[in-house]
Amino acid sequence: MNGIAKKENASIREMIDQNQRGNLLRGKIERLIPIFLMLLASLSILTTIGIIWTLFSETFEFFRRVPFVDFFTGTVLKPLSQNPEFGVLPLLMGTVTSSLIAMMVAAPIGLMAAIYLSEYASPKVRKVVKPALELLAGVPTIVYGFFAFTFVTPLLREFIPGLQATNILSPGIVMGIMIIPMIASLSEDAMSSVPRSMREGAYGLGATKLEVTRRVVIPAALSGIVASFVLGISRAIGETMIVTIASGSTKNFTFDITQSMQTMTAYIVEVTGGDAATGSTVYYSLYAVAMTLFVFTLLMNLLARFVSKKFREEY
Amino acid sequence: MNQLSEQQHMRRTKVRLFTNQFSKVIFMLSAFFGLFVLTVLLVRVVSDGIGSINFSFLTGKLSTQPERAGIMGAILGTFWLMLVVAPVTMFVGVGTAIYLEMYAKKGRLVSFIQTNISNLAGVPSIVYGILGLTVFVRILDLGNVVLAGGLTMSLLILPIVIVASQEAIRSVPNHLGEASYGLGATKWQTIQRVILPSALPGILTGAILSLSRAIGETAPLVVIGIPALLIPFPGSIMDRFTVLPMQIYYWTLDASLVAEYANLAASTIIVLLLTLFILNSTAIFIRNKFG
Repeated sequence: MNGIAKKENASIREMIDQNQRGNLLRGKIERLIPIFLMLLASLSILTTIGIIWTLFSETFEFFRRVPFVDFFTGTVLKPLSQNPEFGVLPLLMGTVTSSLIAMMVAAPIGLMAAIYLSEYASPKVRKVVKPALELLAGVPTIVYGFFAFTFVTPLLREFIPGLQATNILSPGIVMGIMIIPMIASLSEDAMSSVPRSMREGAYGLGATKLEVTRRVVIPAALSGIVASFVLGISRAIGETMIVTIASGSTKNFTFDITQSMQTMTAYIVEVTGGDAATGSTVYYSLYAVAMTLFVFTLLMNLLARFVSKKFREEY
Repeated sequence: MNQLSEQQHMRRTKVRLFTNQFSKVIFMLSAFFGLFVLTVLLVRVVSDGIGSINFSFLTGKLSTQPERAGIMGAILGTFWLMLVVAPVTMFVGVGTAIYLEMYAKKGRLVSFIQTNISNLAGVPSIVYGILGLTVFVRILDLGNVVLAGGLTMSLLILPIVIVASQEAIRSVPNHLGEASYGLGATKWQTIQRVILPSALPGILTGAILSLSRAIGETAPLVVIGIPALLIPFPGSIMDRFTVLPMQIYYWTLDASLVAEYANLAASTIIVLLLTLFILNSTAIFIRNKFG
């Protein structure tokens, strides 16, 4: 009897010991895991630092060779000629032009699509059309590039005789089509969050659906709509493959949209694809252009966030 | 205030009702415009490309002769790329999401990381390419191999994976965690055995969608420098490689010289779009079935 009790005691003590050892290990794990996860989380900050550091250090080297003012005011870009010139304005022109064309397509169509989805469509229709639009957003940009180059350009040339085989108009339009779903979806979110009671009030005064949309819903959702436009512009500025394929690599400083124009992104592709020797001025110009691109899109994204936060109407 | 005569009033109402009806049609057409273009695009690609899709195209090597060219190398390259991207983004992305949702104290640091992540999501993909070129290809001297491309792609889609995982973790009902704590489970045990399993469908959906983004992405790989040359099939993460979008890119560029290349590009697009369609359907299936 005594013996058995002793034995049981021993095994219970063993169990307690074991348990404590387990707890000790578990405690260690519990303390180590958050530290480890924090390291993983800091990787995203490291990425940002990596981007900024890479762009800054090489851009700095570029501006030691090419004066800052020459870069930002030069209208001639001839990186590979005997007397190279590094004016970024032709690239800025290409980027701004293609983004403007894209927005002229995407802003009205995207907004009107959003109005339809938010104000007019029955839940059934919305349930089908919204995912279908998302499909459009899921098409890889290289496919749009192919589409612009082999379909839209030849089609446009039927109507615009002077249009070059590579031009800024066609990729601009196709980029616009690519951005429609993004603007439609973000604007629709903004409009759907306008409270129903505001609409009911306007209907009660005898307004038509269009009047309610124009005078009540859009003003109330304006911050979200503007933010979606700004994000759309940012997307267009950063878009690479469509313009690279369909707009060619002529560094034109022109307003003529039937001509080939190179964007900042297409320039980066051209230079890296051409295997510019590390350490050459052309190589460093890559980073200066990328830096300009990065700053542009960052400003746009910050602006979008500012607009949607600052001017949001709270209900 | 002027009173409107009944006639004027009637006319006005008519005009208002007409514009109302008219604009409705315009809005509807806008909403369907995107779908119309998508249809045109698909019809165009299929009619151009379906003719050259056959067994030897899918399993063959690249060739300088269009009629003998195949895309097995690009298919394998895409596969190897995903073999790097999927584990890296899942591990880092879910880890970051767990930290932000479960451990970090809501405060300056968290909102800083959060802002940083949403800023990263807005950085153009080509800038990631430059980061990859500088850090992975040049400084770490990996060369333009699968590993360098995969790590670059991972950084590109990490913000999407993190945000999706955060949403999945946030949507796990509080009482599940509370019950687990109540039984004496520790925090990590709770996360490991309760939170993560019920967040898994959401996490997987996000991960698959972002993987399909990586499969279709071209710009970063162009910058890293994927050669248009005939290279042997990749067999490890340290081999040089090409992927489906890169092949589409080179063939589209060459289409102005040799017309058949446009057909090859279209055929490759069909393969790429089918792959993405299957992946996205899987994601939607998971979301509907388990979400």
